[in-house]
Amino acid sequence: MRRALLLAMATLALAAPPVFAADTTNPQADFRAFRKYFTERFPKVPLNDFVNGPYSMDAGLRKQWEEIDAFPPYQFAVDKGKQMFDTPFANGKTYADCFPNKGIGIRQNYPYFDSKSGEVITLDVALNQCREANGEKPFDYNKDDMAALTAYMAFTSRGKPFAIEIPDDPRALAAYEKGKEYFYTRRGQLNFSCASCHVQNPGGHLRTEVLAPALGIVAALPIYRSEWGGMGTTSRRLTSCNSQVRAAPLKPEDPSYRDVEYFLSYMSNGLPVSGPGARP
Amino acid sequence: MASTIRMRAVASGDTTEVQALVQHPMDSGFVKDAKGDLIPPHYIEVLEFQHAGKTVFTAFWGPAVAKDPYVKFSFKGAQKGDDLTISWVDNKGQSDSLVGKIM
Amino acid sequence: MNNNAIMSKQTRRRDRLVQTRRTVIQGALAGGLAGFAGLVPLTRARAAADANKWPKDAFAQKNEADAIKALYGKTPEISDKVSLDAPEIAENGAVVPISVNTTLPGVTSIAIIVSENPFPLAASYPIPAGTAPMVANRLKMAKTSKVTALVESGGKIFSASKEVKVTVGGCGG
Repeated sequence: MRRALLLAMATLALAAPPVFAADTTNPQADFRAFRKYFTERFPKVPLNDFVNGPYSMDAGLRKQWEEIDAFPPYQFAVDKGKQMFDTPFANGKTYADCFPNKGIGIRQNYPYFDSKSGEVITLDVALNQCREANGEKPFDYNKDDMAALTAYMAFTSRGKPFAIEIPDDPRALAAYEKGKEYFYTRRGQLNFSCASCHVQNPGGHLRTEVLAPALGIVAALPIYRSEWGGMGTTSRRLTSCNSQVRAAPLKPEDPSYRDVEYFLSYMSNGLPVSGPGARP
Repeated sequence: MASTIRMRAVASGDTTEVQALVQHPMDSGFVKDAKGDLIPPHYIEVLEFQHAGKTVFTAFWGPAVAKDPYVKFSFKGAQKGDDLTISWVDNKGQSDSLVGKIM
Repeated sequence: MNNNAIMSKQTRRRDRLVQTRRTVIQGALAGGLAGFAGLVPLTRARAAADANKWPKDAFAQKNEADAIKALYGKTPEISDKVSLDAPEIAENGAVVPISVNTTLPGVTSIAIIVSENPFPLAASYPIPAGTAPMVANRLKMAKTSKVTALVESGGKIFSASKEVKVTVGGCGG
C-alpha cells in the first residue's frame, strides 16, 4: 500500500502540470549557479575581470588589448556620441531630459522591465523612444549613430556595477525566462546555442577567435571591433552571432534579443560596466 | 568640424612623452567595398610634430599602418605648458593640424 | 580656438602646407611634398638620406630586400641592442601594436618591415637629435609574417626580427 502511494506521488511529481514551471523561475538561484560555474572554472580570474571578455582568458591577447586601450581608436566614436548627446533636438529638448541623472552614468541600469508597456527596454530602445517622443526620427539599431551614442553613454558609466532589476511581475519573470531559454537553445546550421561557445568553451578557440565567457559578456557593449574597423551596436553583435552559427538573424531589438540581453545583464549584476570595449 | 587629431603629451622632467591618435581611414587599396570594387588607397603619408619651431618627430607612413593610426614617441627639451604642433598630409593631398599643450 | 594667436611666426610661414584652421585642403599638395623641405633649416646636417621627404621609392618596393635597399642602401646586421615588441599571435591583422626600442647610440632612423605584406615597408621614422630612439605604432599585417625593426645608428643599419602569427588578415580577409 505504502509503495503504491509513493509510486503514485512520484508519478504525480513527474507529471506536474506546466503551471508549476512559472513558479520555478528563480533568477536569484540562476544567478548564484551561473556565477559559481564561472568562478570555479576560472579560479585565477578576478571576478571583475570577466567583463573583459577574451582578455580575461588569454594573456597574449590581453597585452595587445592593453596597448590599444591605452589610447583607443573608439575615442572618435565616444567624442561623436558626446556631441550628439549634447546637441538639442529641433524642439529644444535634449536626451538629458528623457533620462534620470541627465542620462549620465546610467548604462548599468539597462535593460529594465517597463511595467506600463510590459516590454523589456534596452538602452538603445530607450534612446529611440526619447528621439520619437521629441519629434525626431529613430536611429537604425545597427548603424553608426546609435553606436556612437551608446558608446558615449557606456563611457560615462564605466566602472558602475550592473544593477538590473526583475520586478515581482509575472511578465518580467517570463521575459527573463525567455531570455534564458534563448541563450541555451541551439540554432542555426552549426546547431550552436549561445551557451555552446560562451558557457562550454570560454577561453577556447572558435576558428581564430578566443571565446569570451558569458559572465559579464554584455558589460563591454557597444564594441569597437578591429574586424569592423569601427564601433558597432549591441544589435549588430547579436545579429552577427546568429549569422556566425548560420542561423537567420532576428530584427534588431526583437523581443528575443531584448530578453537575452535582459537575462545576460542580470547575470552580470555587480560587475562593472567596461564599455565601450575594443575587441578583435 | 572637430579635429582629426587627438594628442596626449606629458612632460616628466626634461622628457616629454607624446601619444597621438588620428582619425583617418588609412585605406590600403587592397580592400573591396560591398559592391566588390576596390576601395582606392587613402592614407596619411607624413605626420609631423613640432616644438618651438623644430621638428621633434616625423612619421613616414604607408598603407600598412592601421586605421585611425596611433604613434608614441618621446623627446627632450620641452616643458609643461609648451605648445606642440601636430600636422599630417595624406596621399590625396588632404591635411589637418592641431596645436596642443604639453601637460 | 584661434590657432593663429598661439602659433609662432615660423609656423605661420608654413601655412602654405599646414592648415592652421581645422579644414581639409584638397589637391594643393597633390603634386608632392616638396614644400616640407622648408620646415627644417637647410643648414642642418643629416646623416641619413633627406629625412624630410616621404620615401616614395622604398614604400613602393614589393620585397623586403629592395625596400631596405631603397630606404638605406645598406645591408642590416642583426643586433641584440634592438628590441622589437610584437605579439606572437596578433588578435587581428588589422591592428597589430608594435614598438621598437634600442640602446644603440646616435640613432638617426627607425623603420619597420612586414615581409609578407604586399609592400613590406610599413613605416619609417627619422629620429632628430633630442628625440628618443623609440617608437610605438599599430600596423596592418596581411598574414603571418616576419616583422623586422631596422635602426640606423652611426651610419650603419641594425635589425631585430620576430615572427608574428596572423589568423585574421588585416587586408580584408
